[in-house]
Amino acid sequence: MMTDLFALGFLQRALAAAILVSLLCGVLSTFVVLRRMAFIGVGISHSAFGGVALGFLLGIDPLWTGIGFALMVALLIEYAQTRTSVEEDTAIGIFFAASMALGLVFLHLSRAYNVDVFGFLFGNILAIDTRQLWQILVVTVAVLAVILAFFKEIVFLSFDEEMAWVNGVPVKALRYLFLVLMALVVIVTIYLVGIILVSALLVIPGAIAQNLARQLKSMVWVATGVSVGSAVGGLILSYAIDFPSGATIVLVLAGLYLLTSGLRPWLHHR
Amino acid sequence: MKAPELDETAIKLEGVWVNFNGTLILEDVNLTIETGRYVGILGPNGAGKSTLLKVILGLIRPQRGTVRVFGESPEKLRHQGSVVGYLPQRPLGNPRFPVTVLDVVLMGRYGRIGLFKRPRREDRDLARARLEDLGISHLAHRLIGELSGGEQQRVFIARALGVEPRILILDEPTVSLDACVQDDILELVNTLRDKLNLTVLIVSHDIGAVARHMDDVVCINRRIHVHQRPPIGRLGLESTFGCAVEYLFHGEIPHRVVKTHDD
Repeated sequence: MMTDLFALGFLQRALAAAILVSLLCGVLSTFVVLRRMAFIGVGISHSAFGGVALGFLLGIDPLWTGIGFALMVALLIEYAQTRTSVEEDTAIGIFFAASMALGLVFLHLSRAYNVDVFGFLFGNILAIDTRQLWQILVVTVAVLAVILAFFKEIVFLSFDEEMAWVNGVPVKALRYLFLVLMALVVIVTIYLVGIILVSALLVIPGAIAQNLARQLKSMVWVATGVSVGSAVGGLILSYAIDFPSGATIVLVLAGLYLLTSGLRPWLHHR
Repeated sequence: MKAPELDETAIKLEGVWVNFNGTLILEDVNLTIETGRYVGILGPNGAGKSTLLKVILGLIRPQRGTVRVFGESPEKLRHQGSVVGYLPQRPLGNPRFPVTVLDVVLMGRYGRIGLFKRPRREDRDLARARLEDLGISHLAHRLIGELSGGEQQRVFIARALGVEPRILILDEPTVSLDACVQDDILELVNTLRDKLNLTVLIVSHDIGAVARHMDDVVCINRRIHVHQRPPIGRLGLESTFGCAVEYLFHGEIPHRVVKTHDD
């Protein structure tokens, strides 16, 4: 039965995409958790809806308009937080709701009733085509390369931003860069679990890893392993029991989080 | 880099004004600190102590006036990553952050190491030497969040020294520590100042500690007043704090004089 499963082209593509996207999310989620950016993840992913809908309206690849919107909102949130007296979570709450509302208006204007809105909202990894797989591959390589290049600076500024600044780390540039990375990852993760559930992949692997790992580097590895394992496992499970794939993956992750949280007192018993 | 001259000026502020959201924080501050001094900055809450430090560090740019650290502007200096060692007021934002003590001290090296490079053996050796200086070598592989407050402060001072700075700036290093640990840390900093040829600035609101340990006292409450040497006159302090303060004496046994009891 398993051999049949892998012989199907769409399933191979789905698995390849799931592995790449979950790998990215695993690495990034470590920093999302440590920098307490979970809500920013929610904000960026939901605001992508506006961009995706604009893509439908204009008849261009929703990937590009989605990235555009996600980036714009990410930078607006950062700008509002650093330059004005608006609280960060207030800014997120306003921008992502406005962006989703815009998305609904765009959809209404486009009258494109045949587009797969549901797929964008909740993910449809099984529908992924070769071109999208390439897009995912390019984003994966680019984002991992940037994180690797600035790893020690990102750790430093996550730990103590003020001190990092005093020591000459380009803090402001790296903050914006990290938001750009988040926006890119959010967009490709939409293929896997959809706009509504993206933030789960940006948060839960890191949260699980925080339960299990003592050191930062092992936390990155654990988060990545958990993320890839849950994505592949969840995808196969969803196929076997005929559940929606994105939801199954997120439920597997949530289950693991509860399990590791329950085990935490024993794990750290020294 | 040239060697520090004997009475070279470490920090010079001229006519510095800082406004924050319409509130005047620093008013026409002039301050000169010579190299090698151990300077305490005293003042009540909200007097602008941390702001003064941040102006010196370049974290806050004053609306008016000039700031020079060894003759350079702070913004220029920070890109060298090697002149100022700093201990922020709350250095541990996230106690569950999974890094070891050695990792934290190594962060102090990042400015010198530069982008795209990994710490080398020399950096690790220097970080270990700083842990040794602060008497916490045995904690090198413990997680930062597992340590006591006093141990954590030592780690963060070690990190500030990991920069190999010429100036050490500590913002409330002893707040929330008990009295004995406070004295230990302030005395340790004094020893390290000699050993590493440092100029040291410490912000505190503990008058006693500052008077016991430091050469110069800068009293600040929007404006500043510099006292050359303790004991500090009560009037000077009261004008800074705007309330009655304890009087300080120096004697064989450390002691303080307080007001007589009413009953």
